[in-house]
Amino acid sequence: MVRRLNKKAIVGLSIFFFFVVIAFFAPFLAPYDPNEFVGIPYSRPTSEHILGLDRMGRDILSQLIYGTRLSLIVGLTTGTLMTTISLLIGMTAGYFGGLVDRILSTIIDVFMVIPGLPLMIVIASYIRFRGVVPIILVISFTSWAPGARVIRAQTLTMRNREFILASKITGEKSRRIIFSEIMPNMLSLISSNFFVACLTAIVGEASLEFLGFGDVSAITWGTMLYWAQNSSALLNNSWGWVLAPGIAIATLGASFALLNFSIDELTNPKLRGV
Amino acid sequence: MLLEVRNLSAGYKSQGKEIEAVKNVSFSLDENDFLGIAGESGCGKSTLLFSILRLLKRPGEIFDGEVFFKGEDILKMDEETLRKKRWKEFSLVTQSAMNALNPVYKIKDQIMDVILEHSDYTKIEALEIIERVLQMVGIQKERMDSYPHQLSGGMKQRVAIAMALVFSPSLVVMDEPTTALDVVVQRSIMEQIDEIRNTNKFSMIFVTHDISLLFEISKRIAIMYAGELVELGQTKQVYLNPLHPYTSGLINSFPKLTKETKEYKGIPGKIPDLSKPIIGCSFKERCQNRKELCNTRPEFKEVIPGRWVACHFPL
Amino acid sequence: MKYLREKIVFFIIALLSALIINFVLPRLMPGDPAERILLKMGGDIQPEAVEAMRIALGVDKETPILKQFFSYLKNTLTFNFGISYSYYPVPVKDLILDALPWTIGLVGISTLISFVLGTALGIRAGWNRNKPIDSFVTISSLIIRGFPYFWLALILLYVFGFLLNLFPLSNAYSTHEFLKGWKFFGSVIYHGFLPGLTLVLASLGTWILTMRNNMVSVLSEDFILVAEAKGLKDKDIMNKYAARNALLPSVTSFGLSLGYIVGGALLTEIVFSYPGIGYLMYKGVTSQDYPLMQAIFFIISLSVLIANFMLDFVYMFLDPRTRG
Repeated sequence: MVRRLNKKAIVGLSIFFFFVVIAFFAPFLAPYDPNEFVGIPYSRPTSEHILGLDRMGRDILSQLIYGTRLSLIVGLTTGTLMTTISLLIGMTAGYFGGLVDRILSTIIDVFMVIPGLPLMIVIASYIRFRGVVPIILVISFTSWAPGARVIRAQTLTMRNREFILASKITGEKSRRIIFSEIMPNMLSLISSNFFVACLTAIVGEASLEFLGFGDVSAITWGTMLYWAQNSSALLNNSWGWVLAPGIAIATLGASFALLNFSIDELTNPKLRGV
Repeated sequence: MLLEVRNLSAGYKSQGKEIEAVKNVSFSLDENDFLGIAGESGCGKSTLLFSILRLLKRPGEIFDGEVFFKGEDILKMDEETLRKKRWKEFSLVTQSAMNALNPVYKIKDQIMDVILEHSDYTKIEALEIIERVLQMVGIQKERMDSYPHQLSGGMKQRVAIAMALVFSPSLVVMDEPTTALDVVVQRSIMEQIDEIRNTNKFSMIFVTHDISLLFEISKRIAIMYAGELVELGQTKQVYLNPLHPYTSGLINSFPKLTKETKEYKGIPGKIPDLSKPIIGCSFKERCQNRKELCNTRPEFKEVIPGRWVACHFPL
Repeated sequence: MKYLREKIVFFIIALLSALIINFVLPRLMPGDPAERILLKMGGDIQPEAVEAMRIALGVDKETPILKQFFSYLKNTLTFNFGISYSYYPVPVKDLILDALPWTIGLVGISTLISFVLGTALGIRAGWNRNKPIDSFVTISSLIIRGFPYFWLALILLYVFGFLLNLFPLSNAYSTHEFLKGWKFFGSVIYHGFLPGLTLVLASLGTWILTMRNNMVSVLSEDFILVAEAKGLKDKDIMNKYAARNALLPSVTSFGLSLGYIVGGALLTEIVFSYPGIGYLMYKGVTSQDYPLMQAIFFIISLSVLIANFMLDFVYMFLDPRTRG
């Protein structure tokens, strides 16, 4: 089973690093300047332009390659911020218990059921500044709840373990117990959470940008789709323009899902089952 | 003879690693017998039970051996034939009563389904049977409309036992049935089982790590260590005159209620790692009597009629 | 009944939270959205509309905040959302009433189909865990789950609507001719098919994985072993013992995922120009029609909360332990 499980993790990691490499070496890999007019707008894929050209005659493959940069950065930053919020709230609720837990758990549950995207849309439309920062903040502050829920549950069981009780008795500070004793013991849970957060972030980013909430002059997979939709790319048969960013999003998303799934299998003996 | 286990080996296979949790176990069971199998946790007792009933799930696997039940090898039977024999011929009471019952169905429905599966009784007749078996274990018939979560741990275990007895099978296998319960409840359940066995004849294999309990209740006892049976015999004789050093160590390791002082000594060391091959006697590392010969594997053999032991130098 | 009481209390708390978020947001954000709208509209705006917008968006700096909140609460709970700015002078309430049935129909039906289908597949995958069929179903679910809803919508629209010309490219029913009765119904199904398919496909993977993992967990329980020892048929063990119990956490996740599904549905509606709440919200977004957006956010939250509350009843029916 471990071999199989590693297979999922290995595939996930390989995909992830594939995108990291592309993002890093974008200037060397991209055949054209992504902002430069290089041919007839809406050109179908040819051997020179594998994915065709956009409305402004820019090379779509080059945009895709350059778009990896910002998409990846936004995804990872959002994932990190979201995980941090989940951790802080989840661990506080689980560790202190009692009234603190009741209040925080209710807040977590409320954020679980309140529809995230509509909330993101409302918040984003009030923010007049368009760019990656609002996107990162909006997604992080609306999507942290599922992670917090899992971490709270885990902290709750951890709280009564012997080594934690011992630290409490010897009068260690709560903050120290939480960060140097509970947290290191949930690393696998935290990392599996981080991957879910990144998946949420990648899809959320694309959705918001698709709706025009991003900086539409920046190149990301989401803004590519925004322009494709607003230039009726498909009705002009420019399918590469729509297909490529979507597949990129889905593939990166799948790599996060695979990583999360393989960690779940590792840590939950019931899921390993056989 | 009701059940005969011959050279049964079973264990777990994963990533090319093989753990032999049950090694070359042989024993037999007569009609109306009561065999207790005792051993520390991790010695392979549950694996042995599930192998006998062919309930071992992957990555668990039976490597070798035969299990004859009324002359037929359970391990070679085709699945449908075996399924039809299950519960009618032999039934199971599991370790944790808490989880042995399906939480979403009423007690009566869980007994009903097995009755309807294996007989031609109507639902009304089945209800009468359910009433009767519940009464047998001291549960009021009104309780059959309860869900498992509405019963106490002891009651759930009684229901599990009642369920195991609905067809009056000739063999009931119990895997640590009282472990999760407190001592008082445990005792009253054991008395109940005893009482039932007086009126309904059936054979029982009772597995537990609580060897003192077995010395009190079982007719014959088998001691298991590191996947092997090391001693088997009439309970009383084993208790008074243990032949294997491990048995003797176990007997000395529990407090005797008759004595004032609670001083008792454990056996130093721990069970060997089953994923590595063991050369010679599996107990030799912890044995005070070990000699050169102990580096060869001792055979499990009958040394006195009815007394089996796997030791080169029985006490 | 403790369970029911808890659920009612939570419903109220969650509803109140949605209301508070809606109230606080426009007051928290930099700039004054209401002022902007009023300025743009110039003089041709009815006094009542001005009043409603003041209450909803908090223009009035003099009125105490608590008083503002109660007027807002009263207005919102009576569904008085004021006048839409982009569809001036249509009341927001009317716009929502026109759009809501389409969304509820589309999202409700496709989500149910997806949940039932995904759960059924998840049962099979979990039961045959680690056999090839399980690996296949699990891996494909993981991959499908990564596709954003709107992208799947774009692709389906392109392939089946545009290239193959099998389905309409927009709208919820035929707008070229006036249809009645069954013909109208048929046209609704025809128009709803691709958006529906998008929603089913996009969420299917989630239900498969959820149920598959729940099955695998339940299969290690003792009562499954007992069921096998009882000599019950495999089919009965799978359905009555394993799946019946694995369904409980699935229903819980279903409730918790509704918010996410609705988000996906919004995007799908936008791609298909389907005249539901999502498309309406999009229109509101593009023209900065804050009263409309706020009202829609509230209505969506309310619908999700009501759906969740209904699911709590289903759960109570499924799990005897909640009935005390």
